[in-house]
Amino acid sequence: MKPWKLLYWLLCTGVLVFLLAPIAAIIPLSFSSGSFLTYPLPGLSLRWYEEVLGGGKWLTALGNSLYVGAVATLISVILGTLASLGLMRHKAWWSEALKLVVLSPMIVPVILIAVASYFFLAPLSLTSTYSGLIIAHTVIAVPFVVVPVLTALEILDPNLARAAAACGATPGVCFLRVTLPGIMPAMASGALFAFAASFDDVVIALLIAGPDQRTLPREMFSGLRDSMTPALTAVATIMIVFSTTLFLLMQVLQRRSRKNSKIAN
Amino acid sequence: MLTRQRSALLLPLTGFLLVFFVVPLVWLLSLAVREAEVPRALPRTLTVLQSWQPGQALPASLFPGFAQDLTEARAASTLADAARRLNYEVNGVRSTLMRAAREVSSAPADTAFNQDFFATVDPALASPEFFAAVRRANGPFSAYYLLAAFDLTRNAKGEIEHATEANRIYIDVLLRTLGISASVTILCLLLGFPVALLLTQVTEKTADWLMILVLLPFWTSLLVRTAAWVVVLQKEGMVNGLLMRLGLIAEPLTLIYNRTGVLIAMTHVLLPFMILPLYSVLKGIPPHYMRAAASLGARPVTAFFRVYLPMAAPAIVAGSLMVFILAMGYYITPALVGGGADQMLSYFVATYTTDTGNWGLASALGLMMLATTILLYAVAHKVSGGRALSMG
Repeated sequence: MKPWKLLYWLLCTGVLVFLLAPIAAIIPLSFSSGSFLTYPLPGLSLRWYEEVLGGGKWLTALGNSLYVGAVATLISVILGTLASLGLMRHKAWWSEALKLVVLSPMIVPVILIAVASYFFLAPLSLTSTYSGLIIAHTVIAVPFVVVPVLTALEILDPNLARAAAACGATPGVCFLRVTLPGIMPAMASGALFAFAASFDDVVIALLIAGPDQRTLPREMFSGLRDSMTPALTAVATIMIVFSTTLFLLMQVLQRRSRKNSKIAN
Repeated sequence: MLTRQRSALLLPLTGFLLVFFVVPLVWLLSLAVREAEVPRALPRTLTVLQSWQPGQALPASLFPGFAQDLTEARAASTLADAARRLNYEVNGVRSTLMRAAREVSSAPADTAFNQDFFATVDPALASPEFFAAVRRANGPFSAYYLLAAFDLTRNAKGEIEHATEANRIYIDVLLRTLGISASVTILCLLLGFPVALLLTQVTEKTADWLMILVLLPFWTSLLVRTAAWVVVLQKEGMVNGLLMRLGLIAEPLTLIYNRTGVLIAMTHVLLPFMILPLYSVLKGIPPHYMRAAASLGARPVTAFFRVYLPMAAPAIVAGSLMVFILAMGYYITPALVGGGADQMLSYFVATYTTDTGNWGLASALGLMMLATTILLYAVAHKVSGGRALSMG
């Protein structure tokens, strides 16, 4: 092998190690029996998991994250799918402008969304409430539904709906039996992205959540500000397991839709 | 379905975003140019000041109205906001104003509220400089906060000049934000390009597996990744341990709570955002172009720079702009792994919103951030042929 090629391979391996090693390094520490965050581990134990899962703020925070994420995802999927149906194959200027508005929460810095929501929700007494947090999370989550669902709708063969109509299906039946199954994988992957966006947010939770709505990332932020403890590595490990599950679900969904589109072609 | 019926489907989301996103954002940004506090608290004072020019002597008719304004504003609790606003321009006037309001309220009924009265409370309250500041804060709009965001201010004559040394911080913060974002973008490009290239050169199956390795950190929570870097980079952490064992360093390096930590952690978070768009374009570049270049006698390096790179350029520009835009808005990572001198614009927007309550300045800095973002995004959109927002 030529030396520059070897160098290239080494560089690429180095980058992949850089991406994965820190995440991998934190997992074993959570099983340590000691309270220092260094290797070698003095022994193995589950004491930090007992501390985290035994009740108290971490369990509450996990519950909050799941609850807020689930409701925000549900609203995002409903609003996002309806809007995508309205937007598809529209080429008018206003629908392009609307698309821009719908997608803009993806590029507007999240701190501005958080501060704007804070100012707007405070007079309505919606800060420090679940509703306020869910509303703000829906704003950042909804583009993640619109992007895949709109794409799926645009590549869906319009002749399918025409064929259904020709066979006597009412528009409602046609939607339920033809369109909906066609965009289901996209809705599911949009839902996963939307959930991840809510589950990952700290900035909005920092400004809007009260002591009762503290989410897992919000609680971790306080923990990291304070001091890094082994309990935090246990929380991190739980979150890694959780996000890996979401990720694998996503992979399965994408493989399936890729296979479907191959068959369709 | 009929077009009109279908358009009705847009209403729920449009309404939702209008109420909870567009209106709040516009309202927030309007704070950057609005002046509401002083007109609300000192209406009589401002009416008299309309006919006064800085440089002239203060009219005697000014002070009785000023005294009445102070009493009423104090009773209506609007004085504190106005005092805070004026304090930005006339240092120390906040407590003086509150004290003056107390003294006016508790003065005997036959007291004459004239220039001398306020001069005994505090000379600043009888000075033309103070009333020039009051006059400039006469709404409904002013460029005060926007100027402040660029370290500029108006002097008593109303001319724009540089802020005093102590108040010159925002240009620094802006440059720092741009500098950190640029460094992170370059690091992401240097690390990301080889990996994206590698993904196009291996078999589809291997590429799928390598992609999982890239996407797994992408899906891992930002907080988890930040926590991981705290563990890895700390004084007793793995990086220092490894370097010491290899004998490369004798003392542990400070790798965290400084700029180094911020750059490492942010590059780690944003690297997948570079690799994904690069890969999606690079895989479309036919390999036979490089072979054609080679068959015409080009050395691999020449072929890469003259043939491959020009075709990859739009993707490089679009990916870099995307990473840059995302980096500009960072708040959490610098807050957790950076020091005081590594905080970016977002941090100041958050601090001015929640801690000091200087909403106008928070809004002006936010406007600065949003304008830069939109500009860069428009460029990215143009360069990538409208695909800058597509995922994966």
